[in-house]
Amino acid sequence: MAGRTRIRIPYHPYHPYSYNTRKKGARGVLRLVVRRLLQLIPTLLGLSVLLFLWLNRLPGGPASAILGERATEAEVARINRALGLDQPLHVQYGRFLKRIVELDLGTSTQTGQPVWDEFVLRFPATVELSLAAILIAVAVGIPLGYLAARRRGGWLDVAAVSGSLVGICIPVFFLALILKGVFAVNLGLFPTFGRLTTGVDATSVTGFAVLDGVLTGEFDASWDAVMHLVLPALALSSIPLAVIVRMTRASVLEVLGEDYVRTAESKGLERRTVRGRHILRNALLPVVTAVGLLTGSLLSGAVLTESVFSFGGIGSFIRTAIDARDYPVLVGFIMFIAMVYVLINLLVDLAYSVIDPRVRVH
Amino acid sequence: MSLATTKTSKIDRLAELTAKKETSSGASLWREAFRRLRGSKMAIIGAVVIAAFVVVAIVGPWLAPYSPTAQTWRGEVLANQGEFVGARGENWFGLDHLGRDMFSRMLVGARQTLLVGVVSMLIGLVLGALVGAVSGAAATLGGRAGQRLDDVVMRVTDIMLALPSLLLAVSIAAVLGQSLTTVMIAVGVVQIPIFARLLRGSMLAQGGKDYVLAARSLGIRKRRIVLTQIMPNSLSPVIVQATLSLATAIIEAAALSYLGLGNPDPAIPEWGVMLSQAQRFFDNAPMMSMYPAVAIIITALGFTLLGEAMREALDPKLRG
Repeated sequence: MAGRTRIRIPYHPYHPYSYNTRKKGARGVLRLVVRRLLQLIPTLLGLSVLLFLWLNRLPGGPASAILGERATEAEVARINRALGLDQPLHVQYGRFLKRIVELDLGTSTQTGQPVWDEFVLRFPATVELSLAAILIAVAVGIPLGYLAARRRGGWLDVAAVSGSLVGICIPVFFLALILKGVFAVNLGLFPTFGRLTTGVDATSVTGFAVLDGVLTGEFDASWDAVMHLVLPALALSSIPLAVIVRMTRASVLEVLGEDYVRTAESKGLERRTVRGRHILRNALLPVVTAVGLLTGSLLSGAVLTESVFSFGGIGSFIRTAIDARDYPVLVGFIMFIAMVYVLINLLVDLAYSVIDPRVRVH
Repeated sequence: MSLATTKTSKIDRLAELTAKKETSSGASLWREAFRRLRGSKMAIIGAVVIAAFVVVAIVGPWLAPYSPTAQTWRGEVLANQGEFVGARGENWFGLDHLGRDMFSRMLVGARQTLLVGVVSMLIGLVLGALVGAVSGAAATLGGRAGQRLDDVVMRVTDIMLALPSLLLAVSIAAVLGQSLTTVMIAVGVVQIPIFARLLRGSMLAQGGKDYVLAARSLGIRKRRIVLTQIMPNSLSPVIVQATLSLATAIIEAAALSYLGLGNPDPAIPEWGVMLSQAQRFFDNAPMMSMYPAVAIIITALGFTLLGEAMREALDPKLRG
């Protein structure tokens, strides 16, 4: 067939090649950011519709949540009128949307505090935990995956592959329980719950316990926070670690077979250069995408891990919100989490353009 | 090295090459995949584990030495909290916190666990494949309107994917109330966008192939091209995902039970529920958590092994 061959990359929302960032340089990146932020709007609108319908379908509804099971019909009607629940659906949705935009999501039925305040209060803990988990997963997973691929079929490879398979199959909360039971309860090496030991004098500046300690010079508080982080972060890192090891291994194996690696090696380039410039730089591209997509499973895992360790982040709060049927908190937190998730994937795309020479930005 | 050996080795090589050509022809893709699957250690271990699990799920209730609900109220059961579980004579795995035989409950529970896994996988597979097929067909052969439809559908799956799966499952469970059906629906719905995206992506990749172009230039109807040409060639990643998602479904169901959304009926034992109940006694009676947990892990591992082996067997990059 004559004429230009057109390579069509299948559309993928998180795949930067779907956009033309390559030609326009910095403006291309700006366009990518703007475009992705605009894409956020329909996603969040859709999500808000789902959440609104979900709220409406809940058994009992807010009136019975406020008044309890033994409410009279007149009382229920009064509450419903006060909350505007007697209005038509689209009017209710409009008000719901307005409140979301104004970040006014009502108050938690558990603590009586505004949902937004609760979120801001607890979010740093979860970020800290997730970052620690991802750090462990990346710091261990990428070297392990690389070595496994380099020594394909060796004992390290077999151990890494089987270990990662088991890692995916262990329920996160069970792993958390085991870690807690062995290292915290029996051996007493780590604290069993919370973010800080009660009594440790720590000044809160940013809400990130480890960072606060460093900022204020209270290094003992910082260390205490780190010790509290170790076990939950280990438990939470199990799935990302397994995924990263497997992806790195598969990706490195693929790159190792490429001609340019053989060329580089036969040119007599230093092993380190080949590893860094030829193998890892190419092999890590899919891994970076995977890290972004892992955020979702990280937040799911955080709900479980945090509740095992009573960590005090959004995860354990969601857990108690489920038990207490604290719907304003659930709706608000789900909304915020979805937003965070989409934003993180935007950041991953940008990181992509930094490390992938084909989408290099000047 | 003598001349003769080089010659024979050349012939051998030639035979090898021709043989390769034959087996890797398009028609025998499935047969070749199956052949490779039989040669894979991972696949065999996975298949054996799954087979054992299915057998236990079917005949377990008849094998159980005790009724899963019968309570043996022994003195020591309550007297010493730490001792209600432990292998002793007639109760192989000991008793649980209510004095019920753990071994029997494990055997009977396998059926529920299998049911949860299979039903939720099917919910995800059927609905997801339906959405994915429509979207994929519209995108490849539907023209501009089709692409617009595909865009809308993919936006919706994006929304579903933007939620952490557990939160989505929790939201669904909150509406439907607490039961085993809820868990199955919640876990299944979470899988819908994954299956949809997978099938659509695979169909899009197939849609650009020459054989589709050939079929179109022959004037074959679009519906027929989709059903007889694109679909059969796009299904393999979906089948692999179905196997893998059996593992995730069982694990997610256990997580939902842990969050208190599982099956509240104590008469029907299920591994996930057993595990979430046992974890309250983890410090005193760790074995009580260990049995269901290890059973869940091994089962999930079986499905994962088979799924991964299938993925490798079907991967065109590794063929030849």
